[in-house]
Amino acid sequence: MRKLAALIKHPLRELTSDVDDAVSPERYTTLRRNIIALMVAATLIPLSVMAVLNYYEHQNAMAREIQNPLRVLVNKTKNSFELFLAERTSTVSLIASAYTYAELADEQKLARIFSVMKREFEGFVDLGLIDEHGTQVNYVGPYALAGKNYADQRWFQEVRLKGKYVSDVFMGLRKFPHVIIAVQHMTEDGRTWILRATLDTRQFERIIASMSLEPDADAFLVNTQGLLQTSSNNYGKVLEKLTFPLPPLTFEPTVLTMIDPLGREVFLAYAYFPEADFVLMAAKPRSSSLKTWYTVRGDLLFIFVAGVALVLFAAMRVTDALIRRMKEAEDRRELALREVEHSQKLSSIGRLAAGVAHEVNNPLAIINEKTGLMKDILSIQPDFPAKEKLLVQVDSVLRAVERCRGITHRMLGFARRMDVSIEELDLTELIRETAGFLANEAMHRKVDVQLDLDPELPRIVSDRSQLQQVFLNLLNNALAAVADGGSIMVSAQPDEAGVLVSVKDNGCGMSDETMKHIFEPFFTTKKGKGTGLGLSITYGIIKRLGGDIAVESTQGVGTTLTITLPKGQREALA
Amino acid sequence: MSKKIKLLLVDDEENFVNTLAERMKMRDMGSEVAHDGETALEMIKDGTPDVMVLDLRMPGIDGVEVLRKVKKAHPEVQVIVLTGHGSEQDQEICMQLGAYEYHKKPVDIDRLVKSIKGAYRQKMEDVMVAATFAQAGDFDEADKVMHEGDKK
Repeated sequence: MRKLAALIKHPLRELTSDVDDAVSPERYTTLRRNIIALMVAATLIPLSVMAVLNYYEHQNAMAREIQNPLRVLVNKTKNSFELFLAERTSTVSLIASAYTYAELADEQKLARIFSVMKREFEGFVDLGLIDEHGTQVNYVGPYALAGKNYADQRWFQEVRLKGKYVSDVFMGLRKFPHVIIAVQHMTEDGRTWILRATLDTRQFERIIASMSLEPDADAFLVNTQGLLQTSSNNYGKVLEKLTFPLPPLTFEPTVLTMIDPLGREVFLAYAYFPEADFVLMAAKPRSSSLKTWYTVRGDLLFIFVAGVALVLFAAMRVTDALIRRMKEAEDRRELALREVEHSQKLSSIGRLAAGVAHEVNNPLAIINEKTGLMKDILSIQPDFPAKEKLLVQVDSVLRAVERCRGITHRMLGFARRMDVSIEELDLTELIRETAGFLANEAMHRKVDVQLDLDPELPRIVSDRSQLQQVFLNLLNNALAAVADGGSIMVSAQPDEAGVLVSVKDNGCGMSDETMKHIFEPFFTTKKGKGTGLGLSITYGIIKRLGGDIAVESTQGVGTTLTITLPKGQREALA
Repeated sequence: MSKKIKLLLVDDEENFVNTLAERMKMRDMGSEVAHDGETALEMIKDGTPDVMVLDLRMPGIDGVEVLRKVKKAHPEVQVIVLTGHGSEQDQEICMQLGAYEYHKKPVDIDRLVKSIKGAYRQKMEDVMVAATFAQAGDFDEADKVMHEGDKK
């Protein structure tokens, strides 16, 4: 209502501005697209960022959770190995220091020492004494190795150089994987000799078994040349070459992810031994360890997709509702504008008509009086030949004046009704008068216009000129719809709320589709002839006056428009 | 009603008003004619008519003003408004000011005559009632009777 008031205050400004920003459907499409894009962007970007962050955070957390125990296990096992080797080495070293060359060279004594060793420490296979020239002077063990010369063997060179030596696993003369621990001792007189013990690698296997890994996991020892020192489940037998290159050197237990030769993605935990030539490795397939992660990832993905779908759906719905509202508001504005324009037009036509009517009335009055006087004079004259004929002429002029009078008075009435005013009025009279405007056309086309107006119709409080426009519109439409010789029935009855007026024609009727649009502005079926405003203005007026309008139509049978109007205007004006 | 009704016709359209006066004379009503407001008011000073037929749109003092002045100075004079320009508003104002009836030009002579006769009867009644009150010494009431048309 405030908008309407503003329109009425500045009608011209509003009119011109509206012509410029006439709203095209494309503008709504663009607007709709923009709003949706904005809403989707504003919601999906943070959502996606969160999802991605979450994904990586989760993945990292999961990986850490799997890697850490593996790392700890490798570290622990490496320590066990080191301890195992250190124990054995110091035992050999102790024996070398505790006994003299002579004692060790004594076959029986060495056998006794060896038996004690075997009892105290598991894994020793044999024990031998080698002199500075590399000749095995004394030997206790399952093989006949006494007298064998080792001078050209690598381990011999190493032990001569470093004083202590732990070998890699090798087959050697014994034909089973073993490790040598050799310790060089120097007597006071400068002679050197070497005590050499062989260790069975079954002990290594035992240590690895104590890691108690899952079946698909794998742990093994390799030397720095990449030769397997213990058997691996997946990467080769003992003393075979490891099927993948060694990871970079580090003494700290480290975990990496890699694709193994079997094509699996594995976590590889490893640590180099600082003292010996070994690398301890444990491999665990990622897939088995990450099962929980995959379920979490699935959940995450589901939530993300559901979120996106929800956001899209909500954005569409909200935008559609928004656009619909905007469209409605725009349409209402447009309609209000047209109404104002229309009533302004009518108002100026009214003023013009009033001016003409006034000016015509005065000369008409003169004609009336002059002719009247002629008649008066004629009537008091005694009969003369042409008297009757003259009287007929005079009466004819007087009737013409009467007709003119009817026209000018109607014109004045029309003008008067342009001023908006709420008054008590007799609807019956109003309908009769309005139908009178169209009587001529109806007569020409032989359309039978019937008025069935209840004499008990209550007087109502409403706007006379607006209602006149309403009835004029409805009757005009009815006239346009019926064929020549058709019929129009206007009836008015009291109703519980006020009055009920219906305009019924037996014209062409309309389709349901047309019926849906008839109250929309600019919708017309009178191609090129109608403005499409009549019914929308009618609708606007009736609504404003607190009434209602309904349409009923059957194609080929006819149309009935029914209007209800309240008795009073209290609620409509409030 | 044997007495001739004294009429005063006021209209600036001489052609119209003179013809009307002539027709009234033919109907036994003594008609005087004024062509503008001033003349009409002057004529009333000399002797009041029974009924006055008054146009609204005139040069100089317009009809509404004449009506107001006449009703003030001579409330017993009945005024019939006959105009070609009248709007609904004019009609309302005139009726409030105490006009007896309001007609739009052109008017049917019989209707006008009927109206004039009605106005005359009204005048006679008012004068008679007022005279009765005046005889009884109730001048206030007499005055009220004469002016009550103003409030219609």
